[in-house]
Amino acid sequence: MSAHQEAIGRRSGARRAKDLVFMVALWACLALAMGLLAILLVDAVVDGAGELDLDFITSFTSISADKAGIQAALWGTVWLMGVCAFFIVPVGVATAIYLEEYADQTRWWNRVIELNIQNLAAVPSIVYGILGLAFLVRGPIDLGQVILAGGLTLGLLVLPMVIIAGREALRAVPPSIREGSMALGATQWQTIWRQVLPAAVPGIATGVILALSRAIGETAPLIVVGAATVITFNPSGLDSDFTAMPIQIFEWISRASNDVNNYKPLAAAGILLLIIMLLFMNSIAIWLRNRYEQKW
Amino acid sequence: MAEPVTEQPEVRVDVSRAEPTTERERITPKGPREPIFQLEDVTVSYGDKAAVRKVTFDIARNEITALIGPSGCGKSTLIRCLNRMNDLIPTAHVEGKVLYHGQDLYASEVDAVEVRKRIGMVFQKPNPFPKSIFDNIAFGPRVLGMKGSMDEIVEQALQQAALWDEVKDRLKTNAFGMSGGQQQRLCIARALAVSPDVILMDEPCSALDPISTGKIEELMMGLKQNYSIVIVTHNMQQAARVSDKTAFFTVELDESGKTRTGRVVEFDDTEKIFTNPSDPRTEAYVTGKVG
Repeated sequence: MSAHQEAIGRRSGARRAKDLVFMVALWACLALAMGLLAILLVDAVVDGAGELDLDFITSFTSISADKAGIQAALWGTVWLMGVCAFFIVPVGVATAIYLEEYADQTRWWNRVIELNIQNLAAVPSIVYGILGLAFLVRGPIDLGQVILAGGLTLGLLVLPMVIIAGREALRAVPPSIREGSMALGATQWQTIWRQVLPAAVPGIATGVILALSRAIGETAPLIVVGAATVITFNPSGLDSDFTAMPIQIFEWISRASNDVNNYKPLAAAGILLLIIMLLFMNSIAIWLRNRYEQKW
Repeated sequence: MAEPVTEQPEVRVDVSRAEPTTERERITPKGPREPIFQLEDVTVSYGDKAAVRKVTFDIARNEITALIGPSGCGKSTLIRCLNRMNDLIPTAHVEGKVLYHGQDLYASEVDAVEVRKRIGMVFQKPNPFPKSIFDNIAFGPRVLGMKGSMDEIVEQALQQAALWDEVKDRLKTNAFGMSGGQQQRLCIARALAVSPDVILMDEPCSALDPISTGKIEELMMGLKQNYSIVIVTHNMQQAARVSDKTAFFTVELDESGKTRTGRVVEFDDTEKIFTNPSDPRTEAYVTGKVG
């Protein structure tokens, strides 16, 4: 009797067992990842939810844990993100346009640039901090330990992300749109500015927001470029001393707590606020993508 | 034996006489039609591979010229070098002469953008811009800085493309909401809006149903009063129905059998190509024996 004529029965025990083991292993990994995240979140909520109120947002940090709030750091972060966005949008988009629309990929220097950008996205953030310290805070540009230097440092850090996202968004615009435009006698720049870029804006905006939500949590480079740890005033301008939320959180955690002054709940509340801001930014990114993304 | 040096008779129109196309008269000339394109030994290569080799024929004004032939015969490649769309492909390279009103389109002083203003193109797959119907038409006139009322320009272009009545109440809606046939007529209207001299159509109906195809063919017949049209088509019946002249292309393999290159087998009046072709290969193709 040939194999074809045997009744179709169950698979052999060994094959079924392998299938099962693999599935269980995948579930275990997923459960581990989600479980740890959940524990962290629950822990932060339990410790910090009580502190997270209007007073927390509108007070400056203080020796007394009861009175301390995150206002200076919150505004510092807002300023930093503003500077960062101002820097990464034009520079990142222009670079993406050059690489995607103009660069001749057969030329070695363009391939080197491309390879470099891919690698830069993986460079540890502390390295950007040192770069910022050497070139922006001191060195040739000599801005000092101010918001502008901090924002630009964060900008350099996430610039590769913006460039890569921008290129993907530009690449998603089909070549037929460029051809249609050029065939009407539009120049390459008119084609890019009036057809390709508008069609790519949702993708670029999403990339920028995701880049900012990476930058907002960065601590190491800001410490290196000289963000202050205790500041009791809001930034007054680009040349102002500053602190940022992750640094404020770090500072509270590193303080010695006792029964009178327990800073740990403050840190937890700061973490919660940071997470809320992150979720908000990411939801905008998702909304933008769903609302404006062009289906071709 | 000394060869007498003979003067080459000047058959071509004097280059300097080529008038600007913006002020051309829109009257169908009688008698032998003035050539609008003159192709001389045109070879188009991608890298070092020739896609189509040594093409020589004239394309007349106010006529529809069809390019037919099997897949890979280089007819799309050829039509794309008539408005220098091949410039967008870095490896593409054109040899020989493409004269447009007697002027060499590939001369160093000729700007490809200027060429495309005069020689419009409609593509295989409708490619409306992701904008409103109005903005699709207005894009060309705007980037070229055309003067006059944009509403009138848009209406006139849509009228010419026989689309006005269908879309006049929804000019502000997105062009992606139109049917495929309407989108393709929108693309034709878009090309007409910049008042070109020639319209190149690269298999404009290959993505369309027979009814939409019929509408576009009807449209082309009307448009040739005012424009010269070159159309690439896979559909022989379409070439027979609409065109005045037909060029039949075929694919030739080189000795190694690896490189496929397109050649023109026959170029003549459409009627002759389809009823009494002089080359047996043309006959085999148009009668459906090969293809």
